[in-house]
Amino acid sequence: MGILEVKDVGKRFGGLQALSNVNLSVQENSVHAIIGPNGAGKSTLLNCLVGKLIPDTGSVMFDGQSVLGRAPYEINQMGISRVFQTPEIFGDLTVLENMMIPCFAKRDGAFELNALSAVLRQKDILQKAEHMLEEMNMADKRHMHAAAMSRGDKRRLEIGMCLSQEPRLLLLDEPTAGMARADTNNTIDLLKQISDERDITIAIIEHDMHVVFSLANRITVLAQGTPLVEDDPQNIRGNPKVREAYLGESA
Amino acid sequence: MDAILLQILNGLDKGSAYALIALGLTLIFGTLGVVNFAHGALFMIGAFCAVTLQRILNLSFELVDETQKDFLGNPLKVKTPYVEAWFGPDIGGSIIDWAVPLAILFAIPIMIGVGYVMERGLIKHFYKRPHADQILVTFGLAIVLQEVVKYFYGANPIQTPAPDALNGVVNLGAAIGMDIVYPVWRVVYFFFAVLIIGGIFSFLQFTTFGMVVRAGMADRETVGLLGINIDRRFTIMFGIAAAVAGLAGVMYTPINSPNYHMGMDFLVLSFVVVVVGGMGSLPGAVLAGFLLGVLESFASMNEIKSLIPGIDQIIIYVVAIIILLTRPRGLMGRKGVMED
Amino acid sequence: MFGLDKKDTSMLIIVAILTLFAPFILNPFPTESAMAQFNAGYPDLMQRFVIFGIFAIGFNILFGLTGYLSFGHAAFLGVGSYSAVWMFKLIGMNVIPAIMLSVIVAGLFALLIGFVSLRRSGIYFSILTLAFAQMSFNLAYSVLTPITNGETGLQLTLEDPRVLGVSATADGSIPVTNLFGLEMRSTFELALGPWAFQFNAGYYLCALIMLAAFYLAIRIFRSPFGMMLRAVKSNQQRMNYTGLNTRPYTLAAFVISGMYAGLAGGLMASMDPLAGAERMQWTASGEVVLMTILGGAGTLIGPVLGAGFIKYFENIFSKINDNVLHTWFSFLPDGMEDAVVFIIHPFIGKGWHLTLGILFMLVVIFLPGGLVEGGQRIKGWLSRRKAKDSGKAAGETNPAE
Repeated sequence: MGILEVKDVGKRFGGLQALSNVNLSVQENSVHAIIGPNGAGKSTLLNCLVGKLIPDTGSVMFDGQSVLGRAPYEINQMGISRVFQTPEIFGDLTVLENMMIPCFAKRDGAFELNALSAVLRQKDILQKAEHMLEEMNMADKRHMHAAAMSRGDKRRLEIGMCLSQEPRLLLLDEPTAGMARADTNNTIDLLKQISDERDITIAIIEHDMHVVFSLANRITVLAQGTPLVEDDPQNIRGNPKVREAYLGESA
Repeated sequence: MDAILLQILNGLDKGSAYALIALGLTLIFGTLGVVNFAHGALFMIGAFCAVTLQRILNLSFELVDETQKDFLGNPLKVKTPYVEAWFGPDIGGSIIDWAVPLAILFAIPIMIGVGYVMERGLIKHFYKRPHADQILVTFGLAIVLQEVVKYFYGANPIQTPAPDALNGVVNLGAAIGMDIVYPVWRVVYFFFAVLIIGGIFSFLQFTTFGMVVRAGMADRETVGLLGINIDRRFTIMFGIAAAVAGLAGVMYTPINSPNYHMGMDFLVLSFVVVVVGGMGSLPGAVLAGFLLGVLESFASMNEIKSLIPGIDQIIIYVVAIIILLTRPRGLMGRKGVMED
Repeated sequence: MFGLDKKDTSMLIIVAILTLFAPFILNPFPTESAMAQFNAGYPDLMQRFVIFGIFAIGFNILFGLTGYLSFGHAAFLGVGSYSAVWMFKLIGMNVIPAIMLSVIVAGLFALLIGFVSLRRSGIYFSILTLAFAQMSFNLAYSVLTPITNGETGLQLTLEDPRVLGVSATADGSIPVTNLFGLEMRSTFELALGPWAFQFNAGYYLCALIMLAAFYLAIRIFRSPFGMMLRAVKSNQQRMNYTGLNTRPYTLAAFVISGMYAGLAGGLMASMDPLAGAERMQWTASGEVVLMTILGGAGTLIGPVLGAGFIKYFENIFSKINDNVLHTWFSFLPDGMEDAVVFIIHPFIGKGWHLTLGILFMLVVIFLPGGLVEGGQRIKGWLSRRKAKDSGKAAGETNPAE
């Protein structure tokens, strides 16, 4: 029984069957990659996991509880954090404030009318945020406006924000899309370090094979809205069906 | 039965004005992505084009007429408009009489010019700014335009009558054996609005220009990539939208004597109309305009007012709120318009 | 001090000094001098400064922090005024219960409108609030005449019950508003040489309440709640995927700012016990938007500055007429004097709204951060110049060494 269980999920947009019979089981503490050619339904599947879309059929269980019909913020409070393809951060706020917000969300829940106590008096939150910034190697940028940072730093910050919530499942949507090679490698190292050091499950949607094979210990191949195969990386590499559907195309 | 038909008619002329303004607003939303709070001011400027033309046509010189005496026996000063002097009293007199319809010709170039200047001089710089900034700057512009008009024309409503020939009433029900007496000018206004709306739609539907604009409304970037100068066409579109609002204003003057704040009054309602119709949907704007106009006039029937007092004052807002809550994109709205 | 950091404390103290000494500061010209007409230190105007200051401070909590542009806040001000006048009619002339009721009623009203309007964002939200405000205006103007007295406005009469007070005073007139006996209209006049300063009880009540409101706003800005509101403005998507529910945050901000507006409305009625529908018109909502933007949306001091600025110049500009202009420009040759007066004429007197509209456009176009940003720019420019000057001076002295 995995931490995330997707059963028979189907989603149709008008005439397009975006997903059909998707079954997926993400094991606790694994790094599970979901790959597939463009239009395979990767993003649709991801959106079904985080509450942005509701599948027409099937079920999505996280840690034994259904996520269907819950709003994104509720699913996040259950323990799923999401990293976006283009970094989604609070551009108008400072880096430190960016890091504090998820800490507040973790401590106080989805809403807290905490209107009279000063932010600067929230020592526990400040400490936690500072600590996470140090871990992400961006303590020196703490008073910078987040929007002014480089793309690579924004990505780091976003991942750090997700981690500061201590999620049980971290979802990453093409975290290295549009990045230079050096930035990509840095991100891979960061994610490796995270999965080694923490008690965390990572599910990653990725296009870049280099990233997938450097990180994943389990891979699901999606093609035309259906899982083609789910296996270990070495078996996926040798699988002729996968080569045909995906690798063959890019080779 | 008669009463119901009469209410529908009553609603149609107000609905026509809503529809015309909302159409222009939607064109600007859809093509330029700009929220134009100064659109009501364009309607008002159109109305004052009619006032201005009427005043120009009435420019007079004074002659002392020795044949006529006033009650003290002094020679009477007689004012004669230049137009009557040039074309003779008959033709000149009817030119003055037809000032409002003639103002259409007068208003079209002016409105297109105003629209052009507004887009190039101001709105253009706000395409990339947040919607709140667009609202604010056009709101400021609306205040300025309205105050300028107030400075030149004063604060009181100015009577601008329709031509005598179109000033009476007509029994629209005669053909079907009913008694529906209705002012001629309002009938004219309705058909005028239908004509303009039809014109705009066929222009967008059947010309290359219109095709590009529609494509631009759907996906601005792609059209830009095709090497078509979409910006220039959008400028022209802004001019057209301004002209539509202006013409709606010109023709509305005999129904409601224009005053400087008429634009603001119509603006709020037109926005409601646009939202009910669905932001970015042209047919939605027209449909909602007529629908709300008719609803409003039904609500002002005595039978209904006695049932729910004051409903005529708030019906449009109530309907708008209900529609926005149940169909957030409006009656015919598309997904993703102005939803950031 | 007061749970604020040093910078905020000094700002609060400066604002406190300015408001408490306003009767002096705003009356710099001797009573008999020609410039006396530019004095602003009389009770009615000073009350307006601080009351609109409260209104703008509250509006800024919504617009400045969350970015939700409401075009309907005048409705809450109007509701506050009506509630206060009803309190004067039914209970008595003490302003405390009246103000309390205005805040509560405005808050409830804001809860209702906010609950509906906040289901949408962006310009849909603006238009929804606009529709609600216009609907409230229509309701107050004609439909709810028994409560609002329609066109005439709600006024006190000799027949009002006033269960905790008297319907009429001994001399048969309507009693005046008071704070436990201290009449709001009572004014102490201090004559110092050619100057005359007026200290009005009503003004000081409003000023103290504004200071409290300002202090509360600082606390909100610096709180985790305030940070969440700024986060809403910055990126709602990230909020949602960080486990935060944006709707209660925006609703709370909406209700708080509605309560500020209700407070302003209640104070307005406490100073002059009548309430009319025109206070609810959407152009009145536009005015508070102007104040906030002009001063600097999202800054603490901005809305107070904006409110003061607009109300002061509204008063001054309305007073200037052609004669005043002629005396000002009498040093110019006759023809030029007339030309200058002719050019300025449309912008003064009744032309104040024109000036305001132009000013507003200029601010939105060139100075989106308002007066506060303008001040910062000048400061930055000055310090750069200073740095350059000292650099130059250093450069000049170097060779001599």
